[in-house]
Amino acid sequence: MSKLGIVMLVHSALHRVEQVARHWATAGCPVVIHVDQKVSDEAYSELAASCADTPLIRFSERHTCQWGGWSIVAASQSAAELMLDTFPDVHHVYLSSGACLPLRPVSELVDYLAERPRVDFIESATTADVSWTIGGLDQERFTLRFPFSWRRHRKLFDLYVRLQRALGMRRRIPKGLVPHMGSQWWCLTRQTLSAILQDPKRKVYDRYFRRVWIPDESYFQTLARLYSTHIESRSLTLSKFDYQGRPHIFYDDHLQLLRRSDCFVARKVWRDADRLYQSFLSDQAGKMKPAEPNPGKIDRVFSKAVERRTRGRDGLYMQSRFPRHGSENGLTCFPYSVFQGFAELFEDFEPWLTETTGGRVHGHLFAPNRAEFSGGETIINGALSDCAKLRDYNPTAFLSNLVWNTRGERQCFQFGPRDTQKINWFLARDKNAQVSVITGAWAIPLFRSNLNFSDIRNEAARLQQIETKQLEVLNSVWTKARIRTWSLAEFVETPMEPLQAVVGEIGIQNQSHLTQTPTMVDLSGFGQFLQNLKNQGMHPYLMGDFPSDDVFGNQVRPYPKPYLVR
Amino acid sequence: MRLRRKRRIFRCVRKRRDLTAVSTKTQNIERRDVLLTSVVRNEKIRLPFFLEYYRRLGVNHFLFVDNGSDDGTGAFLADQPDVSVWRADASYKRATFGIDWSNYLLRKYAHGHWVLTVDPDEFFIYPFCDTRPVRALTDWLDSCAVRSFGTMLIDMYPRGPVEAEPYTEGQDPFEIARWFDSGNYMITKNHDYGNLWIQGGPRARVFFRDNPSKAPALNKIPLVKWDRRYVYVSSTHSLLPRGLNQVYDEWGGEKTSGALLHAKLIDTLGDKAREEMERGQHYRRSGEYRAYAQGLDDQPVFWCDWSEKYINWRQLEILGLMSKGNWA
Repeated sequence: MSKLGIVMLVHSALHRVEQVARHWATAGCPVVIHVDQKVSDEAYSELAASCADTPLIRFSERHTCQWGGWSIVAASQSAAELMLDTFPDVHHVYLSSGACLPLRPVSELVDYLAERPRVDFIESATTADVSWTIGGLDQERFTLRFPFSWRRHRKLFDLYVRLQRALGMRRRIPKGLVPHMGSQWWCLTRQTLSAILQDPKRKVYDRYFRRVWIPDESYFQTLARLYSTHIESRSLTLSKFDYQGRPHIFYDDHLQLLRRSDCFVARKVWRDADRLYQSFLSDQAGKMKPAEPNPGKIDRVFSKAVERRTRGRDGLYMQSRFPRHGSENGLTCFPYSVFQGFAELFEDFEPWLTETTGGRVHGHLFAPNRAEFSGGETIINGALSDCAKLRDYNPTAFLSNLVWNTRGERQCFQFGPRDTQKINWFLARDKNAQVSVITGAWAIPLFRSNLNFSDIRNEAARLQQIETKQLEVLNSVWTKARIRTWSLAEFVETPMEPLQAVVGEIGIQNQSHLTQTPTMVDLSGFGQFLQNLKNQGMHPYLMGDFPSDDVFGNQVRPYPKPYLVR
Repeated sequence: MRLRRKRRIFRCVRKRRDLTAVSTKTQNIERRDVLLTSVVRNEKIRLPFFLEYYRRLGVNHFLFVDNGSDDGTGAFLADQPDVSVWRADASYKRATFGIDWSNYLLRKYAHGHWVLTVDPDEFFIYPFCDTRPVRALTDWLDSCAVRSFGTMLIDMYPRGPVEAEPYTEGQDPFEIARWFDSGNYMITKNHDYGNLWIQGGPRARVFFRDNPSKAPALNKIPLVKWDRRYVYVSSTHSLLPRGLNQVYDEWGGEKTSGALLHAKLIDTLGDKAREEMERGQHYRRSGEYRAYAQGLDDQPVFWCDWSEKYINWRQLEILGLMSKGNWA
């Protein structure tokens, strides 16, 4: 008979229980099974009958187990007592559940424990040091009373906790006990376990823990500290928990992952994971080299799952992720740049920007008649169409889709008061947006147009009003975007400095300074044009101060060679 | 909302008179079984593959309503060992587009079961569907105390014109319609029912580009742990009580979700569209089918340079069309 005894607490999937119990017993390990009282007597006697041929498998007194209640501890106690009494050779007792599956040959576990005869493997940490408690109850687990079931009477449970807090009710922790918590799946030596079970003060401790919250995570963990000579504070059972404290479940496709983990026992395994049961319960002696358990690889997979569930992918909107206003963690998934007025001021701005930054430069994506994708395409990544009606049906979805579909590639596009204005708030709130505005530059196309002056005047008034409203949004207190604004006059005076700054932020390819410059349109006569608008009773103010004599237009060209230290 | 739910329940119980049992094997349903319900009309050509697909996922029993088929659909289904069939010759439209019938069957037979409600051209995809049966998913949802599972309908289309390649009985429709749109979906929240309203995809891009608000809804909640108090309200887009529609996370995280691959845009669409347009039994007086019938006359090609070729669920996960969420 082996020196390792297995205690199994089970409540469902009894055919799996028998399989696993036989696996342990075949390797010579005695097994004591506790079957939940909630299991029908019929199913219980069936299991007991089919295990009757194996003297190493015993069944302990049955309790009705409730999650978070004392009964689980009571079940472990009676099963452990039966184990110690019936099998005097047992040196270590391993507590496992019906959904636990041994991953390595039993002999390896037996050898591992034989080399460490005095060691108790039980995760046990003081309440101040644990981070895994869910629901905010840690120290209070030990100082409040919990007579109500959390699963079935949640409201009563919460109410009673609040009441006790309000009244300042505290329980006294029995003398000598320092509350510790940890995984409920342990492996203790006969010495420690019998000391706990035969303690003269056990009645006192039991009465105390009966009203502690989730005592199965603290009873043995606390008492082992009293008697053990050598505690290894870790569980030999591999168990991963999600963000709500529920154990992750292993399936057939985790086979390789579990093989490489080198852990002795894993929990929980899905009851119908035939391949896992088949491969781990078959004789696999010598398949693995002796190694320390190393759950690191599995950790990564499951911590990723937790992050996906709690944070998600930035900038993704889908059927199972639709954040409320303000909870988006970034409205889009990748930085992008918006230019307003640049394409009006410079004749070849778009090709120049493409060449300088290497990004993808679109025209006016929100133009009234179609989305002007780069290269004149009608459809781009993700089958996003240039159709204005589709776009304007949900403009913010259009923009977030565009950035999502092209993630990894910098997108730049032109914007202006002639375009759909519905995305302004979205732009302003998005920390990935880099918005550069030359205010009043919309007047340049009007200045160069061949329209009647009264139409020009009306159009100018309309555009100025739109841009003013837009600037209010962009400069609001909720703005998270990187916003830069210059008035047209300001910009024309020293165009290189702002260009360098904007382009530098995108990540310019040749780091030194701009070698090529875009060509500015001829502005001679623009001052007079503005003056004419004023004379017609309009008040163009977004452009800044242009002198009405033409000197200014002539002065700027040619502007000084780019030279700048960033 | 409670009144609306009660009204739906009342309606579905009243509409049970439309249904006559053709073949019921519901006594074979066991406690943990996963069920599937569907309303069909002249779908014999699609059904062999449909049944095979869902049997492979691990669906244990099928509940069909045969709405006046005349192509042998009823007889074919009645012959299957794991299928129960009811025949309804009454108006599809007056049964709220079939929803009253399925609500009744769900109420009667699916109480306490996980049940899929899908159309015969919808194929359910969920994370790990290539390695884990649907029971693995439902057991996991049970352990998380989740009652409903959200998906998005993904319209699949062929490389060439829709009617170019004929579909034969028993064939995998996605051998023909392998392509889909990966990133042109638009979402808003429906505050009445708390569900998301998703539109977009190839049908919006080609058929509804001048009138996007009329484009069909793509949000679906096909998998529910049924209770006799639940009802579907409009197709499988929304349920009552409203809590069942909360299949999405609002605080930035991703819940686990799947997709329904939609094999509508193949050569059977043309006949279907013409037939349904004449019957006028579908939503908005079959306006959708009318648009198809008109559009189909010009031999539309949904395929474009940026269409994505379907590989597997992992591809959809990466593209952001479904999510593993917390299930690993």
